[in-house]
Amino acid sequence: MTVHHFIILSAILFSIGAVGVLVRRNPLIMFMSVELMLNSVNLAFVAFSRYLQVLDGQVFVFLILAVAAAEVAVGLAIIVAIFRTRETVDVDEISGLKG
Amino acid sequence: MDLLIFYFFAGLAMIAAMGVVAVRSAVYSALCLAVVFVSLAALYVLLSAPFIAVAQVMIYAGAILILFVFVIMMLSPGVDQGAGALKRQRPLAIVFGLALVIELLAVLAVAGLPAARGTFTPEKIAQIGSVQAVGAALFTDFLLPFEITSLLLLVAIIGVIVLAKKPRKG
Repeated sequence: MTVHHFIILSAILFSIGAVGVLVRRNPLIMFMSVELMLNSVNLAFVAFSRYLQVLDGQVFVFLILAVAAAEVAVGLAIIVAIFRTRETVDVDEISGLKG
Repeated sequence: MDLLIFYFFAGLAMIAAMGVVAVRSAVYSALCLAVVFVSLAALYVLLSAPFIAVAQVMIYAGAILILFVFVIMMLSPGVDQGAGALKRQRPLAIVFGLALVIELLAVLAVAGLPAARGTFTPEKIAQIGSVQAVGAALFTDFLLPFEITSLLLLVAIIGVIVLAKKPRKG
């Protein structure tokens, strides 16, 4: 079990998340795919932190956790606000900038 | 043994990640995402980072996922209606996703990894304690980013309150 195992897994998870953002039309699931990508980056950080025997990677993961929490709170609030005014959660129908 | 555990949780994470993308209902996607989060937490334990593993379960599986499920229940978006406006986007996205995997793996294969340069071996971390070691780094070398994180969370709180407020009439 080397660092390569974890980095390969991280690359695959990141790509699955990227495909999810491109494929799905539901902003909630697109958002979950973004979370998936963030998680894969976290995995790479922790794996490199272990490999290089420094703790910087783990500290960065901690900061990313805080950023992800803030991002989800604001993003979901935006989705709820869009749903309230447009009555839809399909990204294809949300094409205008003016609410 | 470690390798076996790694393959088990890595496979679980990959299958569940594909589930997040492929499953039609948003609630099932959220459940698949929970499986991904928990298996990644197990991998963090394997990487001798138990503090990150616990934080992962608490913040991702605990807070963020619950928030997702709340919003799914509130909006009840139903099932995804499929391709919609851009018919060719789906196969193209899969092709580009595969290209991205190949690209990332090629970078890993070509680029050499630097030698280990720190002193935090798993044994030393276990001796100090995972929380103590990360906490010490957080409050000395990374104090400024840590403080800025608190500012970010404050901005997020204010932003959510402003967004969730009922729009004023007129």
